Amino acid sequence: MRYTILCYHNEEITSSWTEAEDTEVIENLKAVNRKWAKNFEPIVRLMPTTAATTLRKSENIVTDGPFAETKEQLLGFYVVDVDSYEVAVQIAREMAEANPGGAYELRPIALYYPNGEAIEDAPTP
Amino acid sequence: MPQPPEPDWIEARLVGARPQAVAALLRYFRDLDLAEEAFQEACLRAVKSWPKNGPPRDAASWLIMVGRNAAIDHKRKQARLTGLPDEAVISDREDTEPDMVERLDAADYRDDILRLLFVCCHPDLPATQQIALALRIVSGLPTPRIAAAFLVGERAMEQRITRAKARIAKADIPFETPGPVERAERFAVVAAMIYLVFNEGYTDANPTSERAKLCDEAIRLARLMLRLFPAEPEMMGLLALMLLQHSRQKARFDAAGAPVLLDDQDRSLWNRHRIAEALAMIDKAMLHRQPGPYQIQAAIAALHARAERQEDTDWAGINELYEALERHAPSPVVTLNRSVAIWKLHGAAAALELIAPLAEPLDGYFYFHGVRGNLLERLGRNSEARDAFSRAIALANTPAEAVHIRQHLDQLEGERTTGKP
Repeated sequence: MRYTILCYHNEEITSSWTEAEDTEVIENLKAVNRKWAKNFEPIVRLMPTTAATTLRKSENIVTDGPFAETKEQLLGFYVVDVDSYEVAVQIAREMAEANPGGAYELRPIALYYPNGEAIEDAPTP
Repeated sequence: MPQPPEPDWIEARLVGARPQAVAALLRYFRDLDLAEEAFQEACLRAVKSWPKNGPPRDAASWLIMVGRNAAIDHKRKQARLTGLPDEAVISDREDTEPDMVERLDAADYRDDILRLLFVCCHPDLPATQQIALALRIVSGLPTPRIAAAFLVGERAMEQRITRAKARIAKADIPFETPGPVERAERFAVVAAMIYLVFNEGYTDANPTSERAKLCDEAIRLARLMLRLFPAEPEMMGLLALMLLQHSRQKARFDAAGAPVLLDDQDRSLWNRHRIAEALAMIDKAMLHRQPGPYQIQAAIAALHARAERQEDTDWAGINELYEALERHAPSPVVTLNRSVAIWKLHGAAAALELIAPLAEPLDGYFYFHGVRGNLLERLGRNSEARDAFSRAIALANTPAEAVHIRQHLDQLEGERTTGKP
């Protein structure tokens, strides 16, 4: 069985962490990651919501910021590796045609470990 | 049974909620001091109550309510003690209780926080006081830390902040919800102030000093503004610009604290995470097709960031962007910066020609004489170069700048004694 563990926190707080505090949190998490290394698949840290845009599928428009409505629920996600933002939007638009309604939020990835065990190297996108 | 929160955790919540809470309390009390005192009182009560009763779901709303009630109680008590009419000064505002409660849920803090920052940028205040006030009021930095950041004594900083508050108390603070034009004006003023905070920190060679931490604070404020107003391309540009400049933090100074020029920096020390986030911000901003000075400057910094080696730099692109900047925000300093691109593209003589008309407007500007000296030196016009560097050294803003110019002068001196012109 596979689970996603989705991370929620208050950005007012996380964005006021100093670099040292941020590193401390990551180090603490790494200890858990190491213990369960064989169970971890991709580990992803997203950029702040200020870097997000959202494709509203029914209107086919892209707006700034994260998807912040409360009626819709998170149903899934894709990780795409593209050369530019335009390509990511293009993919989202094509998916929107295939599956109308709701929205796709495009959030750049800050840290990406394709396999949990590779946690020691920190590749950037 | 809820887990009692850690004291650290409480502090993080208080810091995180501060801009929202103080901004709402300012709208309510229309007085900076009262708003700050009310917030402090609310924090004291939070530290007592949260470990026992568990944390509130929405820390900012809790702090606003508790702070407001505490301040009203205090006012009423004072009124009774001094025998004044029992009419609290603040109770007859039309935008008080019912509206207040509604607004707490509506996440409509945007204009409150914008106003709070805007108030700190009052045009009567010199830039240093604007920054000090914003750091005190919005960011909640303790006065000793602000004093350390500005390299002045605590008492002097305390007085500076008190004077700034007094000045603002006399000014008319606009409390109506701003229209689109006013909002745009406030935005520009606030963006400029945030960039001042950043630049204050940017000049410090020691990345762990209080002053250098101002860079993080400025980035935090820009992110805060963008969470509230997500569709402002110039704020995206400013955030990207600061992230890009900050990405070079570890490469910008050598071990002795002397500045390292962009060309000579070890690019492997640049922070790739900050660069990646900045590039994402620029992509977003471009969708708006409303270029502005911050976006253009960010795009210039991005071209530097994209070059893996100094010689890979897209100088033609940088020159074009500087030309765009000259159109959007004409200034001799922009032209001076463009001269570096011209030098790389067309040589030192062309660059010297470009900056010749700047001699008068930039006569008192350290970098003008530094750049000019450099170009003259490259053209072998050593005695003119010496004059330019001597002028620069007299205008140096920091000891490190003076040392840097001194090296050029020593080099030229060495060449003179060995017989070169």
